[in-house]
Amino acid sequence: MKDDSGIYLALIAIFATCSVIAVGGATSTVPEMHRQAVDVHHWLGDRTFSELFAIAQAAPGPNVVFVALLGHYIAGIPGALIAIVAMCVPSCTIAYGAARLVDRFRHARWRIVVQAGLVPITVGLVASSALILTRAADRGPATALITAASFALCYWTRVTPLVALALAAGLGLMGVV
Amino acid sequence: MTKKEQSALPPAGRPAPAPTPAQLFVAFATIAGCGFGGVLAWSRRIIVQQRGWLSPEEFNQQLALCQVLPGGNILNFAVMYGCRCAGLAGSLAAVLGLLGPPVALMIVAGMLYRGYGDVPALHGAFASLAAAAAGLLLATAAQMIVASVKDRLRIEHVVAALTFLAVGVLRWPQLSAIAVIAPLGIGLAWWRRR
Repeated sequence: MKDDSGIYLALIAIFATCSVIAVGGATSTVPEMHRQAVDVHHWLGDRTFSELFAIAQAAPGPNVVFVALLGHYIAGIPGALIAIVAMCVPSCTIAYGAARLVDRFRHARWRIVVQAGLVPITVGLVASSALILTRAADRGPATALITAASFALCYWTRVTPLVALALAAGLGLMGVV
Repeated sequence: MTKKEQSALPPAGRPAPAPTPAQLFVAFATIAGCGFGGVLAWSRRIIVQQRGWLSPEEFNQQLALCQVLPGGNILNFAVMYGCRCAGLAGSLAAVLGLLGPPVALMIVAGMLYRGYGDVPALHGAFASLAAAAAGLLLATAAQMIVASVKDRLRIEHVVAALTFLAVGVLRWPQLSAIAVIAPLGIGLAWWRRR
């Protein structure tokens, strides 16, 4: 139990930080989660991180619930609950405060400026997440091909990304990778 | 916020009465359950089209606020819309509806992965799933980049490139990177709109 409380505190610190820097959504914080969980704390490997992210992508619900899966892998059910609560409480508290001020806030010029200023940062963060997960998922030519095919399907067609995920899982079961 | 909006009970005589916390819980749980590959489209469909709780314009206005705040857009939307309908109870009901079912599902998925992730027959399936998810994220990033450079290259793109370099390539702690880059991006946006 003594060991666990250290992990729990670290999870709270990591996900509460991610909560306030989630510019443009939870996917923007993948680089920081990966850095902390894989590089700093060595709770899991690159490969496991990318697989957990993929499982969360294949499931319904907002992207933020990936942190529950990550927390579960690191510290079981308490880890899952601590991670999702730590990830949500700071940003939800800010949103709740903003909702209380909503009428003053809605048309404010500074809101438009801040929003415009954050857009390129979101672009850079999502591109960073894509780079990190592409590297983590890379186990040779077969996975590289699947990544490329999934990119093509999601970029140039309007089919749901679930098709790409399901096809890839099927290929994997057949032993292609 | 007006007194009317803070009231926990829907005011009488309004054309579409504000949803109660229980109705909010059910609506947001439905959004979460349907929301494969993006909950945004489903929240619009359920809140605007099916329930008629907000007009399309109101929905967009509310969402614009959510996008400027940290955290997931739909999560912020649940907090703000829930608060507007039924105060703190509304926010809590909407958030629990949105997160409760998928988090429970994630815990089950985590147990299965822990139990069966090492079965050799499944190794390939997980590895290719991860590769496909990476491709999906690359496509999202590419779409965002293309959308932002559709007219021409501007100085804002330096901000995007700096973010990518600091966070994606150099792997700086993200809090420090954003603390440096966000004022730059916001300053530029302000300077452009003077």
